[in-house]
Amino acid sequence: MINTLKILKHQGNQFIKDVTKVILKEPFRGRPLISNEKVDVTELVNLCPTGAISSNPVKLDLGKCTFCAECALKFPEKIKFTSDYKISANELSSLIIKEGDDKPIELNPVLIRKAISSYFHSSLKLRQVSAAGDNSAELELNASGNVNFDISRFGIEFVASPRHADGIVITGPISENMVIPLQICLDAVPDPKIIILCGVDSISGGIFSGSPAINRNFLDKYQVDLFIPGNPPHPLTFINGVLDLIRR
Amino acid sequence: MECSNNMTIRKYITVLNNETIDFRSIPVLEYDEFMEINLLFLKNANNHCVNYFGIQSDDKLILICCIANDSRARIKLTRTEVEFGQDKIYPSMTAKNLAFNMFEREICENFGVKYLDHPWLKPVRYPFDRFTKTSLISDYPFYHVDSEELHEVGVGPIHAGIIEPGHFRFICKGEQIIHLEIQLGYQHRGIESLFLQKNKLLQKVTLAESIAGDTTVGHASAFANIWESLCGYEPDEELQFVRTIALELERIAIHTGDLSAICGDIAYQLGNSVFGRLRTPIINFMQSWCGNRLAKGLIRPAVNNYPFTSELKASLLKILDDFEPDFNEMIKKLFHNPGCLLRLEKTGVVTYDQALEIGAVGMAAKASGLNRDIRTSHPFYQYKNIDHQPVIKHHGDVFSRTQIRREEILQSIKYIRSMLDNIPAHNQRNDILPQPQRNSFTISLVEGWRGEICHCAITNENGELIKYKIKDPSFHNWLALALSVRKNEISDFPICNKSFNLSYCGFDL
Repeated sequence: MINTLKILKHQGNQFIKDVTKVILKEPFRGRPLISNEKVDVTELVNLCPTGAISSNPVKLDLGKCTFCAECALKFPEKIKFTSDYKISANELSSLIIKEGDDKPIELNPVLIRKAISSYFHSSLKLRQVSAAGDNSAELELNASGNVNFDISRFGIEFVASPRHADGIVITGPISENMVIPLQICLDAVPDPKIIILCGVDSISGGIFSGSPAINRNFLDKYQVDLFIPGNPPHPLTFINGVLDLIRR
Repeated sequence: MECSNNMTIRKYITVLNNETIDFRSIPVLEYDEFMEINLLFLKNANNHCVNYFGIQSDDKLILICCIANDSRARIKLTRTEVEFGQDKIYPSMTAKNLAFNMFEREICENFGVKYLDHPWLKPVRYPFDRFTKTSLISDYPFYHVDSEELHEVGVGPIHAGIIEPGHFRFICKGEQIIHLEIQLGYQHRGIESLFLQKNKLLQKVTLAESIAGDTTVGHASAFANIWESLCGYEPDEELQFVRTIALELERIAIHTGDLSAICGDIAYQLGNSVFGRLRTPIINFMQSWCGNRLAKGLIRPAVNNYPFTSELKASLLKILDDFEPDFNEMIKKLFHNPGCLLRLEKTGVVTYDQALEIGAVGMAAKASGLNRDIRTSHPFYQYKNIDHQPVIKHHGDVFSRTQIRREEILQSIKYIRSMLDNIPAHNQRNDILPQPQRNSFTISLVEGWRGEICHCAITNENGELIKYKIKDPSFHNWLALALSVRKNEISDFPICNKSFNLSYCGFDL
């Protein structure tokens, strides 16, 4: 007993007091800035492993970006990743960063369904489905619930059964072999339900885009309520994204 | 490279870890001879099969078998040619040695090679390019026993927590598990063929980082080794240092997370919270070093974008100094708590004989007294300078696997501290890697936190990849989990599963 108390004393308070105000330091890679500097655009576009960069004007699509930062390493005068981790959006167009853009990524309030803010404002139970995720986004989702980030203080929890859930969080590019289980899981969630795509693989397929082993038709059928970029998304990106969605 | 000169006809070729050879120099044997020699190799417990796979060449299938000799740090390669999709039926090596089980199942599933006497020729992962397209993951042929006394429990593919998918089918008598069958494949992304499709090096290394996101450093290092060796590039001190430190940090982080999860599964809340939070500073250090908590972006062939500065050194030393007393205090408490020990000890036992028979690797082998650690047996990077003594336990139970984590964490801290005394200077390389050598074969073995990772690559006459074969340690070890739960209560399954912490995506590829 004494030893247990000693451990508790030595551990002290580990939780982050305000998860919306944490400042992450470099070299953490969050929202990128693209300058108006003239560079060899063809080389820049060709550099990207997932085709996230396009030209005229130069744009970087965070829905496709693996945050490998090769572009920032090769063209430091053109692209710089800031430590702004609040990069979730509810429409794909918000994830596209253009040359000269320097404004925070925010959710479009018009697209947030009324049911979300009225029902899930202070209690949101989620069912996670890893559909060929590589276990990195899954690790970070688990970390969101640890004593440091403690997402459950906001009433957000991951539950075992889709019957208990208000929505699903999908990680991974969605393999052909997961199509049926994913559908069964979503169907088992009672209405109203939300869909969150967590990580670059789930938003666009990421590096697996074009693989014959994946099948993303599932996503054509539903409105996605939240896109959380990152490879994997930082727990703070996830928590702030979900809070922005339900606290409108 | 050395050849088996003592034989009149050269039957196999011997290579070192990360060595590139001419693919055509691997002797081609008749199937019977190929089978005989590889079975003979495995009669010696110092040898184990690290990879065995097929590559299609016109209408033939070339099979390549890689047997590692752990006492001499050599890998013996043999190859044969078989017909596939025909009526021709081959005797199976698995019938004589179970270590070939998964490999032969995979060869059969991918290419339609028929085996005469394979004991259990079941689908492996339902890849998109499987030989029999009509076989579907939803129709997996589970083992079934007709009995009024037995019942079946199906779990998955989607599990209760935030975890990857896989289906577990238990046959139970009351609360006791008689048999567990594990069906995987849900995570299949076609990653091996993407290595051939995606032409840019950055795409390939990004793929390597995504084979299993919890073993980013392990798999990315294996790929970097393969690529550098194929290109004839010798990684310098700094690159080796960076990869060794990263591998050991990954080991500390994941092992600590596993201890947290093990405590969670036995409802020991204090351990769950404390180990969970102890992982945070380690992965946050990774972020302060390379910008990503799981080290994505750190390992690149022939380049280091993130120099290990003296500030990083000071910060890491401080983190380790803070980590160690808290860790020791908590683990001591866990190992002195009778309620916890009761759940860990004698649960989920894999015997030495079982581990050897199925070819278990990594922690799953070491917990059962089987010495399988690439850091000692086929040393690479700075492990050549470290006198690494693998942590070996003998009971093969959940407790042994928990103890291994404790000791390996402390061992890794020791290694990191000693490596920090001598940090190689940052080298601003502008090396442009030459094209990979033509008609070559390279094998790389890396000891990740889970165990031995094996990658093999083959290039064609233009120096392009024509085969990239990945083997995660989980490929061997899932069977160890299935065996470990027999005669255990079904309520102990989660703790058994967590004590192995095997990879779904690393298996499904």
